[in-house]
Amino acid sequence: MNCLFSWSRIGAVMAKEFIQMRRDRLTFAMIIGIPIVQLTLFGYAINTDPKQLPTAAIVADHGPISRAILAGLEISDYFDFGAGTRTEAEARSMLARGEVSYVVTIPVNFERKLVRGEKPQILIEADATDPAATSNALGSINEIVRRAVANEAGGTLAELEPGGMPVDVVLHRLYNPEGITAYNIVPGLLGVILTMTTILMTALALTREVERGTIENLMAMPARPFEIMVGKIVPYIGFGFVQVGIILIAANILFSVPMEGSLTVLLTATVLFIAANVTLGYTISTLARSQMQAMQMTFFFFLPSILLSGFMFPFRGMPGWAQVIGEAIPLTHFLRIVRGVMLKGGGFADVAPNVWPLMVFWLAVGTIAMLRYRRTLD
Amino acid sequence: MSGEIIVDIKGLTKRFGDKTVVDNVDLTVNRGEIVGFLGPNGSGKTTTIRMICGLLRPDAGNGTCLGYDIRTESEKIKLEVGYMTQRFSFYEDLTIRENLDFVARLYALKPRAKFVDSTLNRLGLSNRQHQLAGTLSGGWKQRMALAACVMHEPQLLLLDEPTAGVDPKARREFWDEIHELTSEGLTVLVSTHYMDEAERCHRIVYIAYGKIIARGTVAEVIAASGLHTIVVRGGDTAALARKMKTLDGVEQVAPFGNDLHVVGLDPVLLEKEVRGAIAGSGATAAEDATSLEDVFIRLMTSSEDNFTSAGGRAS
Repeated sequence: MNCLFSWSRIGAVMAKEFIQMRRDRLTFAMIIGIPIVQLTLFGYAINTDPKQLPTAAIVADHGPISRAILAGLEISDYFDFGAGTRTEAEARSMLARGEVSYVVTIPVNFERKLVRGEKPQILIEADATDPAATSNALGSINEIVRRAVANEAGGTLAELEPGGMPVDVVLHRLYNPEGITAYNIVPGLLGVILTMTTILMTALALTREVERGTIENLMAMPARPFEIMVGKIVPYIGFGFVQVGIILIAANILFSVPMEGSLTVLLTATVLFIAANVTLGYTISTLARSQMQAMQMTFFFFLPSILLSGFMFPFRGMPGWAQVIGEAIPLTHFLRIVRGVMLKGGGFADVAPNVWPLMVFWLAVGTIAMLRYRRTLD
Repeated sequence: MSGEIIVDIKGLTKRFGDKTVVDNVDLTVNRGEIVGFLGPNGSGKTTTIRMICGLLRPDAGNGTCLGYDIRTESEKIKLEVGYMTQRFSFYEDLTIRENLDFVARLYALKPRAKFVDSTLNRLGLSNRQHQLAGTLSGGWKQRMALAACVMHEPQLLLLDEPTAGVDPKARREFWDEIHELTSEGLTVLVSTHYMDEAERCHRIVYIAYGKIIARGTVAEVIAASGLHTIVVRGGDTAALARKMKTLDGVEQVAPFGNDLHVVGLDPVLLEKEVRGAIAGSGATAAEDATSLEDVFIRLMTSSEDNFTSAGGRAS
């Protein structure tokens, strides 16, 4: 006679869930907010075919054809010569610091050799740490150069180039010549894994005290906010370092990712990065009222960290406003540091431009945490 | 009792939103006293205690605790006060010893191991010191919490319903310990719902809807209530109880097993009405001392009436 289940009881549980969901305003806001914010954010921001990558030029021949080639590159929309014309040393260090993605070199007597039909070389050096970011541009470069030369010198050179390439375009994929994706992804994962675990664990640290009621006791005893914050953060910094060790060893043994730069530089930057993350986690735990909320806030931060930092998609491919958001994310800077040190052999001076943003971030969230921490139960 | 004032607060007021939870409360506690803080649920006991030890900021009023300003010197107050929260709020995933060790570190007690050991011994926790706090029964949890609150040898102990959910034997032992501690000079402010515990206090303070409405020794509070009690024994208790409630001059009727406690303000009228009601029922009636519980029920009911008629919240 009896049914296996009762609709009325299912209805009762459903109604209760809805009521609880509605009472938990933050969860409710997340349910509505996550799709809207993240869809518009990432939908417009992510672009797997980055255009207008910053390029420096080393020009030793100022003839009209040279200019036509540079103009052709610029018109193709892949290259942006905003970095201007540089000396060789300047251009190299800009590439090493990641300020430009390409360096185009037009050698001495380029135009004369071209006219003589000697097939002069143009050198294009690309920062290939992220193979995806440069592959499209490099794939179309021969065609861009051929058209530029043909347009400019069509009349005079017509007989010299029967359909073939008048110029020899030499491509150097620096830092990752074979375009091995793992070289880019594995160092990146170091930052991603640290972001996720360290923020989440510290975010839960204080919220757990609130949820279990132990916070009342902690506050009734003579522990100051700063003491509690540092005491709660330091163990997780140590924990983060265990992860760093595991990932670096795996990067070396399993994926043969090179370690061009100094381990000291890398580890110093890593301390700062972990400190910034655990402090953010601590700040979250002063905002969240339950562990559930802390978890949601962590993921709300984690998603843009992955998508807008240059980990998954080329940073330079994003529109300007998205790059501004990306610059505010610690992972963005840490990724540049890790790739700079591991793949490009960068030293302290090379990573410095990405170290101070981490410090600013750290101080900012630390201040918020101190202000947010309540000395009383009000 | 030296008469030195340990807690001295005046006009203490706390509002949460538009609700006034503690309303213009004056309270003094002298050294060596055990003061019982009584009142119905939600009457403002916990909030008052939290303001005394600096966990909440008062909206109005001022006062001192151990000579320190409760508004500005909560850091100093915390060092010399032991506060036992209503809900067990130590770490369930730490052992008893680890919890005490943590507390000893926060108070910077030295030598730490000695403080922890002597506290464990004193409260009979040594045998269980390596047991996780989360696996303890209610009575042992309470004992551990007391140990953690007295280890730093505070001058004032604030206990917020310390014996809720604890069996009678453990409660008895707890109170023996409290009396032992006060004989050594500790001062105690304890909130409770239990009448037998209230009777163990030197002085009691009754609070309802955030206002103190009675204070003094137990005898003083009973006398001030002006209530008289007649105990009716035998007969059909349930039927008699229904009948008594309708009588003139009867304020409360409460069954205690086969007895009925009938309480009223006018002793002559009460006697006359009760005698009339039991005539022929086979029951006997005799005057008896009014219990503290009857006084509190009366206080609770009348303050509720006052509050409702004054246009306050209905809950």
